[in-house]
Amino acid sequence: MDLTLLADAPTTAERAAVDAVVGSAPGTGPGSPTDPADGTGAADEGRRDLLLPAFHAVMDAVGWISRGALSYVCETLHVPPAEAYGVATFYALFSVTPRAPRIAHVCDDVGCAAFGGEDLCAAMEERLGPEGSGEEVTWTRSPCLGLCERAPAVFLQTTHGHGQIAPADADAVTHALDGEDVAGPDPVVSTPQAGSPDLELLSRVGVVDPGDLDSYRAAGGYAGLRRALAVGPARVVDEITVASLTGRGGAAFPTGTKWSAVAGSPDPVKYLVCNADESEPGTFKDRVLMEADPFALVEAMTVAGIAVGARLGYLYVRGEYPAAEAALLRAISEARRHGYLGDDVMGSGRVFDLEVRRGAGAYICGEETALMNSLEGRRGEPRAKPPFPTVSGLFGKPTVINNVETLVNVLRIVEQGGPAFASVGSGRSTGTKLFCLSGVVARPGVYEVPMGTTLRELLELAGGVPVGLKAILLGGAAGSFVTPDQLDVPLTLEGTREIGATLGSGVVLCFDESTDFAAVLRRIAGFFRDESCGQCVPCRVGTVRQEEALARIERGREIGGRTVELQLLDDVDRVMTDASICGLGQTAASAVRSALSLGLIGSGGGARRNGDHP
Amino acid sequence: MTTVDLGTIRRLVSVTVDDVEHRVPEGATIMDVLDSAGADTPRLCQAPNLTPVNACRVCVVEVEGSRPLVPSCARRVEDGMVVRTDTDRVAHSRRMVLELLGSANDMSQAGDDVARWSIEYGADPERYGPVGPPAAAGERGNRHAGHHSAPDGETRATVAQPVTVDNDLYVRDYARCILCYKCVEACGTDAQNTFAIAVAGRGFDATISTEFAVPLPDSACVYCGNCIGVCPTGALKSVAEHERREAGVWDPEGETVTSTICSFCGVGCTLELHVQDNTIVNVTSPHDHSVTHGHLCIKGRFGFQHVQNVAPPRDR
Ligand SMILES: Cc1cc2nc3c(=O)[nH]c(=O)nc-3n(C[C@H](O)[C@H](O)[C@H](O)COP(=O)(O)O)c2cc1C
Ligand code: SF4
Ligand code: SF4
Ligand code: SF4
Ligand code: FES
Ligand code: FES
Repeated sequence: MDLTLLADAPTTAERAAVDAVVGSAPGTGPGSPTDPADGTGAADEGRRDLLLPAFHAVMDAVGWISRGALSYVCETLHVPPAEAYGVATFYALFSVTPRAPRIAHVCDDVGCAAFGGEDLCAAMEERLGPEGSGEEVTWTRSPCLGLCERAPAVFLQTTHGHGQIAPADADAVTHALDGEDVAGPDPVVSTPQAGSPDLELLSRVGVVDPGDLDSYRAAGGYAGLRRALAVGPARVVDEITVASLTGRGGAAFPTGTKWSAVAGSPDPVKYLVCNADESEPGTFKDRVLMEADPFALVEAMTVAGIAVGARLGYLYVRGEYPAAEAALLRAISEARRHGYLGDDVMGSGRVFDLEVRRGAGAYICGEETALMNSLEGRRGEPRAKPPFPTVSGLFGKPTVINNVETLVNVLRIVEQGGPAFASVGSGRSTGTKLFCLSGVVARPGVYEVPMGTTLRELLELAGGVPVGLKAILLGGAAGSFVTPDQLDVPLTLEGTREIGATLGSGVVLCFDESTDFAAVLRRIAGFFRDESCGQCVPCRVGTVRQEEALARIERGREIGGRTVELQLLDDVDRVMTDASICGLGQTAASAVRSALSLGLIGSGGGARRNGDHP
Repeated sequence: MTTVDLGTIRRLVSVTVDDVEHRVPEGATIMDVLDSAGADTPRLCQAPNLTPVNACRVCVVEVEGSRPLVPSCARRVEDGMVVRTDTDRVAHSRRMVLELLGSANDMSQAGDDVARWSIEYGADPERYGPVGPPAAAGERGNRHAGHHSAPDGETRATVAQPVTVDNDLYVRDYARCILCYKCVEACGTDAQNTFAIAVAGRGFDATISTEFAVPLPDSACVYCGNCIGVCPTGALKSVAEHERREAGVWDPEGETVTSTICSFCGVGCTLELHVQDNTIVNVTSPHDHSVTHGHLCIKGRFGFQHVQNVAPPRDR
């Protein structure tokens, strides 16, 4: 294919940024997509998989992607410019129009809005003018930044670096935009149980120095990999199956089933992917694990990769998680330097290495097949399933994709054995589980409890059942609301299902009686409208109509009365749930549905225009 | 590209549709089965000469064992598959897809089938409130992913916007675009391999666009018109058709179609000349033609002026 490029030339800075990415890419690494021996066919497309890294480099250098920069990226990576433009415009962190090079993304999502987020937005508007205005510095609203336990949260995206501030105030944000160094949030503070002997997944948080391999080893690190290498891949896969480990990313799929499928595939090239795109509103557990104990994830991925026969693993980290990304990059390079990654892992003769890729602001890229498209340099649109990733995943190869927390569990399973893991919890819900407590709780943060702990017990750990508790958003924006009379639900897959809820990604976001639930629902509806990839009609248009209808109900401006609007919402809900391509559309009405059925909105507020509602 | 493989004998599998058993070749789609059984299955993003993208979801059916409905155009049959098309859920989703599209798009040129399905399934696009203001030219393409201004719900958002006329051969009327991806596929790997257009933006603000929305003459477009050939809604059409429609003299009833062979080169593509009022208004090729699969090049598609020996439709 010949490329027709626009005539615009890149600036020196743009050219240098792109060259640095392409020059440093480990294009010949083991199992890399362009390794001619692996026959993935990806080489026909140049290095399209470097499209996101190249755009990030341009954004970080100059603050936006100009025509010249895009053309140069296309020429270098051999991607048609219309397609590259389609990719650049898919992601919230990229801009294809000139924009201030220093920008503060201010969270106004459900965990922050009422907890200082809206006030901060107002303060930023007062100082910097309307969202997006300003030549040198600007601010914009953002969906959940994964820092909900320390609301309100801000992500800084500037040409002199990225950072996070939480809790943030207007002074701190303006100073940081002006170039002052900011100390990022300390993950240990977000882990109230840190140091407790009862912990497994969080046992090293606050105990080890996340930048120091020796400290990790002194705390028992790399015992899991040593044992995994000793017993061999087949045994490791068996242990995972016996442990009955289920995915912690939201879908709760049995991990052993995925691993066996890929391990058993005759294809010589396989991939392991870690889903660290954590963007479900209210979720921050993976961030804490990556920031505070990055070697654990690196080790776990090495165990997983070798067990399923992958020579290369990708770690797709959320773009708004600069501290996690830095911690992982440091850990990977340390591990590589000490022979824990590379051509001869711990002297075993086995090959495994890791590449970190940064997301660019798209919740949908947490969906596993959208994530793979994103890694390949395509728009983050979910793929049709079947085929499933275990058959045809990244670059069309059999792929295991797992959540961060799922993978970290692997270490303990190989160290203690599958049966020990399975003895905690019950049914399909085994092991311990991380929960993200935020909102009106006394001690917000990440908590680790055995599966089967009740919601009430969990709240007790965080300082007790909040005074005036009205409802809890369980499982995230894609989850549902539960009420104070349901606090004795055991937190298991089965227990939550029984009350029509889900564990989801472990979100426990608490609201009290002062909450404006109409505003909360509108924010959730607006979230799905913003984050829909746009591929399928039920979700693309349905999320818009859902938000509009909620806006009318909130204002008491119903068309044809309340009953008619509720019918309309129900009709939209059904088509999104039944006929959408992926989980985003299929759950976009879930929280709204539960709030309506619990009477959290509409049972008092809002003047009625056409009074046909009983 | 879908090709009918006559060379190999395929195993037959058994599929039950609404309690009736069918024996069909392995590899067929559920839609193939429904079509051969004579069912009137709605479809928008499907085309026999394009890879299924299963984006519109109007063709969904129930498949036993699957919680979400399944797109019949893309899902291949498996032995023992149990399919239902006669359920409330299927009817509801089909109706809602048509209704949601009708609420956001101008579907008035989407053809008789769409009009019939909309009535049959009871789509009522008007219940979402009065139509909101149209976007100014270029505005929809400039929206930033992940950001929209909160609606008040008083009017319904649509994709209405002015027609893009930036070349002499065809127009792009994206107020009609349902984002079926067909033009992108035809311009890309399914036919033309030119990649002049792609989907840009995200969610409801996604559009079909060139890079930086530059005019077609500045893009990679070679004016093969294959995108026009596959567009189901009239969003893409020849200038000849656009101008006749604008002038109120578009006359599909009075149209005659004449088959001929393209004389420009040795490939010998079959052409169908669509003639209204003694003037060629469109040139197409049958999608089941073994050479073209419905796709042509600029000469076959637009090189008809010399035949009718009149001035080109738009003189610049
Ligand atoms: C819209 C959407 C967003 C998702 N986001 C995430 C995410 O941020 N992190 C994650 O691990 N899984 C996410 N998932 C679930 C993944 O698709 C997938 O199930 C998971 O990565 C598999 O890993 P696990 O089995 O270890 O959970 C998301 C799913 C959907 C539909
Ligand atoms: S459900 Fe939504 S996010 Fe998922 S594929 Fe469809 S449009 Fe995209
Ligand atoms: S006319 Fe041909 S080259 Fe131009 S956009 Fe359409 S399909 Fe692509
Ligand atoms: S322009 Fe036509 S073919 Fe292209 S996506 Fe829109 S409706 Fe489909
Ligand atoms: S960081 Fe604001 S809601 Fe999560
Ligand atoms: S025709 Fe099947 S999804 Fe569009």
